[in-house]
Parts: sequence; structure tokens; C-alpha cells
Amino acid sequence: MAFATAIILAFAAVILSNILWQGWEAFSWRFITSRADQNMFDSQQAGVLQMIAGTSARVVLMTIFVMPIGVITAIYLTEYARKDSLLTNLIQSAVNNLAGVPSIVFGLFGLGFFVNFIGGNLDLILRPEQAAPYWRNPALIWASLTLAVMTLPVVIVSTEEALKAIPPGLREASMALGATRLETVIRIVIPQALPGIMTGGVLAVGRAAGEVAPILFTGAAYYMSGYPSHLTDQFMDLGYHIFILSTQSPDIEGTRSILYATVITLLLLTFTLNLLTILMRARIRTKLRTFH
Amino acid sequence: MKENDSNPNWQSLANESGSSLIEKAMEKFVFLISLTTILFVLLIFVFIARESLPIFLGTVERSIVREPIPVNALTTTPPEELMAYLDLSADEFQSMEKETLELLLEVKLEELAQAPIGTDATIQTTRWRYLLLPFQWSGYDAPAFIWQPISQIRKYNIVPLLIGSLKTSLIALLFAVPIAIGAAIYVSQLAPMRIREWIKPMIEMMAGIPSVVLGFFALIVMATTLQETFGYQSRLNALVAGIALGLAVIPVIFSIAEDALTSVPQSFSHAALALGSSRWQTASSVVLPAALPGIFAAVVLGFGRAIGETMIVLMATGNASIVSWSLLDSTRTITATIAAELAETVFGGEHYRILFVLGTILFGVTFLANLVGDVVIHRLKRRLEGKIA
Repeated sequence: MAFATAIILAFAAVILSNILWQGWEAFSWRFITSRADQNMFDSQQAGVLQMIAGTSARVVLMTIFVMPIGVITAIYLTEYARKDSLLTNLIQSAVNNLAGVPSIVFGLFGLGFFVNFIGGNLDLILRPEQAAPYWRNPALIWASLTLAVMTLPVVIVSTEEALKAIPPGLREASMALGATRLETVIRIVIPQALPGIMTGGVLAVGRAAGEVAPILFTGAAYYMSGYPSHLTDQFMDLGYHIFILSTQSPDIEGTRSILYATVITLLLLTFTLNLLTILMRARIRTKLRTFH
Repeated sequence: MKENDSNPNWQSLANESGSSLIEKAMEKFVFLISLTTILFVLLIFVFIARESLPIFLGTVERSIVREPIPVNALTTTPPEELMAYLDLSADEFQSMEKETLELLLEVKLEELAQAPIGTDATIQTTRWRYLLLPFQWSGYDAPAFIWQPISQIRKYNIVPLLIGSLKTSLIALLFAVPIAIGAAIYVSQLAPMRIREWIKPMIEMMAGIPSVVLGFFALIVMATTLQETFGYQSRLNALVAGIALGLAVIPVIFSIAEDALTSVPQSFSHAALALGSSRWQTASSVVLPAALPGIFAAVVLGFGRAIGETMIVLMATGNASIVSWSLLDSTRTITATIAAELAETVFGGEHYRILFVLGTILFGVTFLANLVGDVVIHRLKRRLEGKIA
């Protein structure tokens, strides 16, 4: 049994050391701060700044969309909903279900719903005279919205956890002093749960940053010379760029070094976010231990 | 923790207090927002099913044998007929100049002149019969399952893709289940506290490796190493993809199984230990049997995750749509097919709709897997808490 655990850790170690070993040389400050301007397959000049910008833009937008809805849903489930009522169970199972939908299905949904349906109708309403689609194109906003739907369960579940960890005594005390339920939620529950809520946000960002399948049809660009500046722009993406470099490079040996360096960049991003959630959770746990 | 599970007493406190207008409005608002999750599950189903409906109903009628429309008949033919004839959507049709349309008509005429004649050309290849059953196309020796959406006679048999998805997922499970369950037993039952606190975050970190990175690793490193070691023919195959997929699934199975094992009440293991059994005996003959439904759920949910995974299989399977159960043949899965082909399809065309049919199937399979997994876990937890016998 200890052996099985060792196998898992060995695999993780092999993957990470291989990536670090092969990619360290090409990974430099210059690499992450310069743009792939002329030729993104040129290992001497290649940079990933556009991809970092694109990935950051889509996760920041996603966070703006997903946090309010996720947190409010969790507040409803823990503070307002009657336990074991049919509707509460329905919402709970919808959350579970959403968490299990494959990422490529979110991609299909993003294309069918956000790009074609919402985008198409926006074109009809806002720009009825132009024939060329403006909203009905893969774009930053549609990719972010698709990712927001995908990470909704992550935010809901971790916010719920944070809310449930607050001792009921605090709420009772607040209400005993005459505060209404809304006042208790706003003044007592949310401030107490804030670190836990933020952990959920970081967790969602970490999950979304490395996802490629949902953005394939909803906004990721093969190549762009500049940065996305409008919600309707497409964007380059770190994960998608790894896919392109590994499968569509004209000279796989020549681009190997920038491929590895791009992988390091993405891993640094996701690991930092994951480490942050693990540390935040550990801190919350020790704080709660002193509480009880 | 117990008091949180049943109706907490502060809720009943609140029901009597405060009933101002803002309070009520906010309560309604919070309630409405919380319905978003249900709405999105429904929307996902509706929008994916909607695009694939014409295939399910068999109303896609687009044979490649058609009456040619001469170029000079452009102005006399009704627009609907032209749109269907040229495979154009209404938007595209409107945005085109007269010259462009004439050019398209000319191209279409040439295309029709070269169109294959013979029995295949008259077949409606989007009928269920051709999607699921083998068919002997002209030039083939025997009936075969063929996925060939980009060819003169577009063949959409989805059986090779179903086999590909099942094959890679099963390899992933064969690889991941023993390791993940073994590790879960070790971490939850046998390991000292100090080691446990180290290993859990490390496996959580592993869950944080993006699937595109695992796909990259399988494609660039594992495929070559395995081929050099075992000397088989195709470098990218179901085995390579299955192992990489297994790495993605291990953290999923591990965390659910570990959770199920830890939720077995301590009194169970204390009783066994007090009777003189060793730690290992306690784990294997008391705790493990009690948590068995949870382990089953972990495997089912792991399967759901494996069959829905896209980037790893897109990069590491080789993507050849062959009907073969051999582990060392290149294979093509449902998810990889959607990812690779959707961008090139005509919006609303038959290929586009078939890919949405694949999406519907995928959604259905994962929905079932999740449902089964969740129900089993829910029942197990209730039983371990002593709520049902």
C-alpha cells in the first residue's frame, strides 16, 4: 500500500523533473516578458507574453462572472435553504452534475449557447444592419463565460465549506442581539468566511488556467500579433499554445526548448495558485481549531 | 459538525425576526441566483441536444446527388433552394456578392461533374443505420465500421470512436484503480499522521497538473520511451494515452476513496484493534468492506472523468479511427474527434450535427456515471452515520 503511494509520487517526480531539466535553459526572464512577434516557432526570439496576457485576461474575467453567482448560491444553500427539501436537493445535484460534465462538452455548450445563441442575438439587436457577425465570433468574453459555468461548482462547494465551518453560535449571538438574517449574513457570516471564499476563487482560477478544451471553439487564437483589448477579441493562451507547439510545429526538435519553457510557465502559474489554496486552507483550519 | 446537518436552531430563530421589504427582496434575489446552477445544467442539455436533434429525428436530407443549377439561373432560383444547394447559412448567403455566388455555382457544377456515381452516392449517410451498423461500401471487401467525415462519401460510423473512448478509459482505470485505491488505504489507515499531512497536499498538487501538460508529456516523452523499450509499431497508441489518462484520473479516485475510507467511524477500527487484529487486518477486513460502496463510486466517477478527458487523448492516441481492441494500435476517441473536427465544420451542417450527437452521448454517459457515483456515496454516508440500516 505504501508502494502504491510511492508510485504516484514517483510519477509526479519524473514528470516534473523531466520538464524542469529540459526546459530550464530556455526558460528565462526574457522568454516570459517578450512577445512572439515574427515567428512563434523561432526558438531564438519566441516569447510567451501574449499567451500570459490572454490566459490572465480570461481567468480574471471568469472570476468576475463566477464569484458573485457561486458565493450567493452557497449562501442560499447554507443560510437560507431548508435542508432536505426537494428544491435544495435539486440544486445540490445540479452542482454535483455540473462538476462532472466533461470540459469538451462545455466547449460545445459555449459555442452553441454563448457564441451562436447569445452572440447571434446580440448581433440582431445591436447591429441589425451589418451582415458580418461581430458578437457571433469566438471571443474573450465567451471563453470567460464558458469557463465561469465550468468553475461554478468549485466556487459553490468551497464557499459552502467555509460557511459551514463558522460556528452556529456566532449567528445565534448576532440574531439574539436583534440583527435580521440579512444583517447577520452581511456583517457576521461573510466577513468570517472571507478567507474560505477567496480560497474557492483561487481554486477556480487554478482549475481554469490550465483548461484548453472549453476555449478551443469559444475564443482561443492560433496566433495574434497583439494583445486582446476588447471583450470581442480572440486571445492566445498558454495551454493552447502548448498544444500547438507539441502537435503542429514544423520542426519539433527545433521548437522543443520553447515548448518545454512554455510548459514551465503554465505549471508555475497553476502550481503557485494551487500552493496558495493549500496554504490558505491550512491557515483557516488552524484558525478554526482555536475557535472551537 | 453534527448540528449543521439537521436544521440548525439559528434558522428557526431567524424565521420569526425581521421581515422588512429589503430583507424579503434580498431573500428572493439570493434564491433566484441559486437557481442558476439548475438553469445551466438544463441549458447545457438543451443546447447540445438541439444541435443534434435533426440527426436523432432523421430529418437531415442532403444527398450528394442533386439536380445541377446552371450559373445563369442564379436570379431565377429561389434563395432557399440556392442556400441548400451551396451549403450556405442565411447570414453567409446575405453577405455574399452576386459574383461570389456565381463563382460558387461554377465550382459546384464542377464538383457535381466529378461526383462519384454508383450506389454509395445516393445513401443518406446520417441515418442511424449507417451511424451504428457496419456497411459494405463499394470498393470494400466486407462490411466495415468507417468514420470518414471528410471524403466524397462522408461516412459517419461512430462505433470506432466509441471503442476508442472505451478502450483508453478502461486502460486508464486498469492502471489507476489499484494504485489510487492502494494509496488511499495507506494514507487513510496505515500511514503515520506526519506522512499523511505531507502526501495529501502532494496528490492534490498532482490533480493541479493541467491535462494539456500530461498530454504533452505523453506525446513528447512517454511515447518515445515506451516505444524504444518495447519496440512496437505505432508510436502513439491506446496504451500511451491510457497511462497518461490514468495519471489524470488517479487524484480523482484517490480523493473520493480516501474520503470514503475516512468516513468509516473510528469505533469500527477501534473495536477491531481492541480484539487484537493488526492495523493491516483492521484496514483490509473491517474498514475496507465498510467503505466498499465508496470505492465503487470512486471508480465510477473516475471512469466519468476518463471518458470525458480531451487534451490527453487528442495528443497521445494517434487519432486513427480503427476498429481494434489491441492496446498497441492507434485509436480515436469521441472527445478528440469533437476537439479536432468541430472548428472545420460548416455551422449547422451534417458533420457539425454529428459532432453534437457525439457530445450528447458523452454528456449522457458522464451524467449517468456521476448520478450513480453520487447516489452510492450519499447512501454510504447515511448508512455509516447510522441513519439507514
